[in-house]
Amino acid sequence: MDIPLDYDSLRLIWWALMGILLIGFALTDGFDLGAATLLPFVAKTDAERRLVINSVGATWEGNQVWFILGGGAIFAAWPLVYAVSFSGFYLAMFVVLSALILRPVGFKYRSKKADPKWRSRWDWALFIGGFVPALVFGVAVGNVLSGVPFRLDSDLRSFYEGGLIDLFHPFALLAGLLSVAMMVLHGAAWLAIKIERGPVHNRATRIGAIAAILSVILFLAGGLFIAQGSMGFQIDGVIAPSGPSNPHLAGAVAASGAWLNNFSLYPWMLIAPLLGIVGPLVALFGILRQREALAFGGSSLGSFGIIATVGLSMFPFILPSSIDPASSLTVWNASSSHVTLFIMLIVTLIFLPLVLLYTAWVYKVLFGRVTSADVGSNPDLY
Amino acid sequence: MDMAVIELSRLQFALTALYHFLFVPLTLGLSFMLVIMESIYVMTGREIWRTITRFWGKLFGINFVLGVATGITMEFQFGTNWSYFSHYVGDIFGAPLAIEGLMAFFLEATFVGLMFFGWDKLSKLGHLLTTILVAVGSNLSALWILIANGWMQNPVGAHFNPDTMRMEVNDFMAVLFNPVAQAKFVHTVSAGYVCASVFVLGVSAWYLLRGKWTAVAKRSFTVAAAFGLASSLSVVVLGDESGYALTDNQKMKLASLEAMWHTEPAPAGFALFGLPSVDDKTTYYEVKIPYALGLIATRSLSGEVTGISQLVIKAEERIENGVRAYSALEQLKVDRTNLAAREEFERNKQDLGYAMLLKRFVADPRQASSDDILQAAWSTVPNVPVMFWVFRVMAGLGFFFIAFFAAAFYIASTRRFHCEQGPCRLFMRTAVWVIPLPWIAIEFGWILAEVGRQPWAIEGVLPTFLAASSLTIAQLWTTIIGFTLLYGALAVIEVRLMLATIRKGPFDHHGTAQDGPDHPDDQHASGYRPLPAE
Repeated sequence: MDIPLDYDSLRLIWWALMGILLIGFALTDGFDLGAATLLPFVAKTDAERRLVINSVGATWEGNQVWFILGGGAIFAAWPLVYAVSFSGFYLAMFVVLSALILRPVGFKYRSKKADPKWRSRWDWALFIGGFVPALVFGVAVGNVLSGVPFRLDSDLRSFYEGGLIDLFHPFALLAGLLSVAMMVLHGAAWLAIKIERGPVHNRATRIGAIAAILSVILFLAGGLFIAQGSMGFQIDGVIAPSGPSNPHLAGAVAASGAWLNNFSLYPWMLIAPLLGIVGPLVALFGILRQREALAFGGSSLGSFGIIATVGLSMFPFILPSSIDPASSLTVWNASSSHVTLFIMLIVTLIFLPLVLLYTAWVYKVLFGRVTSADVGSNPDLY
Repeated sequence: MDMAVIELSRLQFALTALYHFLFVPLTLGLSFMLVIMESIYVMTGREIWRTITRFWGKLFGINFVLGVATGITMEFQFGTNWSYFSHYVGDIFGAPLAIEGLMAFFLEATFVGLMFFGWDKLSKLGHLLTTILVAVGSNLSALWILIANGWMQNPVGAHFNPDTMRMEVNDFMAVLFNPVAQAKFVHTVSAGYVCASVFVLGVSAWYLLRGKWTAVAKRSFTVAAAFGLASSLSVVVLGDESGYALTDNQKMKLASLEAMWHTEPAPAGFALFGLPSVDDKTTYYEVKIPYALGLIATRSLSGEVTGISQLVIKAEERIENGVRAYSALEQLKVDRTNLAAREEFERNKQDLGYAMLLKRFVADPRQASSDDILQAAWSTVPNVPVMFWVFRVMAGLGFFFIAFFAAAFYIASTRRFHCEQGPCRLFMRTAVWVIPLPWIAIEFGWILAEVGRQPWAIEGVLPTFLAASSLTIAQLWTTIIGFTLLYGALAVIEVRLMLATIRKGPFDHHGTAQDGPDHPDDQHASGYRPLPAE
């Protein structure tokens, strides 16, 4: 098979695509997770809770596919990353999966019975299904930044040396809280757009404003943490961008405070952290001025900026190893084969635009605010 | 290699996959039945069909969410529990999984919300289109998953790359059009259609027995009878044994589900009953139908079905060959430029997986004695008694469903719904009790397929005991107990909600209950004729 694109270009494209999928997840399912986290705090009565639930009820399922597809795409394009990270974060993954399993069931089953106890239990299930994944995803990113304790043997079998509790070190917790703040802001911005003005709307925007400020502070704190500490890895030696996907055959890797190097090498990359700060501030402005679309746009830009900052500062690393830096997975040593990357790119170029198109159409059909009148009268709602 | 870790990993995968597949078949079948029902509504414009669609749609929804929820586990479990598998074959196996998300699951999940929330926001045709897209999405989803699973049974279009220490794709089309995957897809979705038909038929029969919601029940019964008859024929006739003559492992699967210890002269007979003994390598008290197995498996009178002992001898040869590939690979690990080793490896690499079977008995396959090799060769035989019985239950149920739906179809076409006594009433009663049977057949089908694949994770390529993650027993027990508790609780809640919804029955969304006297045009309404609006 003749492949019209170089192996190294394809690796770079798939690195960017992985970022796009993660950002797609944060921008769509991010507000579902945020709204679910907000549920017990912005909605007190059953009618109020149903407002919140139905603001995401019809679309959360499609949004969640960004997460599933993220898993599938990492499997297909970065099999070593998929293998090492998910088996390493074994119990954390179990916690996230259990929380995410509660979510679909919570949405669908909650309003099937009028019993207040039944409903309140599912409300808490929905809260867990929103808060826990938001927190653990952030904690996972914090751990990836500080290096993961794994090594690969000569058969490329991965061994992980760490436990569940070790994941929750101070920097990882900071990243976890940033992730929660970011998604709560996004969820609040969504509720502001999607719910009728009234008490729930007001509570959501109030919490949203706090979350916006917190996410700026936490993001800056994370930057300081990295600048102060010795976090980061760099490649010492010659890189073969088209070499075989085998970390043992790649150049040596050294640990040092290198996560900020890329920004001085390529100043344009500073756009990402800038957006990570400006985005939430725009969202804050939108919230205060009751310009809801602007608030949602701001929080979307913020999520984009924060995720892009992580990706760019680590480049070309994807999963650095803290105990054996030579086992670290990078863009150049952990991908699928040339053929697979190319085929998957073609498939993505055909189907991703289609997905965006019909998703946009569905949102258009469901356009408009959810009102108490709807919740009271429409039997189709959750 | 700690075998306890392997066994627990297998247990967890079996539990979560079998549990996931309690919900999938109903989704596959019911989504298409909703399309049929709603199409009749759109064509005839009669409100009763809208009520019917929405009633079954509600049950579809309760079932669907658990399919989605438990599917999340499946997408990540290869990475969490089978990380060496993920590295070793991710280059091929990951692609269908990703394409499934992109092409099928997005479609299904995006439109399913609109299907429930869009009744008043879409035109009739617009809503029908939404329902169709949900059905197409869920069935396409099954296609890609079975392409992935089919590749595990028959790993075509790929080769081992010593530089990356893994399998890599060289012919993607071969992976896509893998005959084993095609046969599996048709067989599996047909089984889903049978399952949904049995469900709709059983619930309708229950309503008819109680004289409740008969207008909805009769029409649903008729749709289920016709759809079920077609599907039950398809599931048996297009059974997936058609791929069983292809590879050594598929042949082994056939021989072991038949407990055929030695090759017999063609055409082989089919054992209706028998007691397979692993120790004696014979089957006692066999009752055989002459010719039947040869006909089913090879589609000819002259095709030979190979026996277990003959396949084991072949496995022995492949292990010896594989050891050559293995020792060449070890040389290549030290020195990538060793041309002689590379040549030797290329010559024998198709048997590399067989050498890995030895790792269960000896740390370094190059040191294997002839005893080790013999033991490893016999380890290629799956659990024969399990295979033998699971297959007989599954296939027996398959034939039963054909007869069952033939009877239902007769009742529906002669419109004997109001039966007070006699065989017709007996049938309605039976139909209620038959509801769990398709689930048994389907789960047994998966046990047959996956136990039959053992000892391989990827047939001939990667043994299961090498495929798992390096986890601890404590970690595995934590997740097994956790999933069991969570899934158990959800199962109880789901079944209760289903039963409550069935008991409550259909109601139409304009406020009038459908429980009144049957509609005047009921005497000629089996529901299939596109009648003009009333």
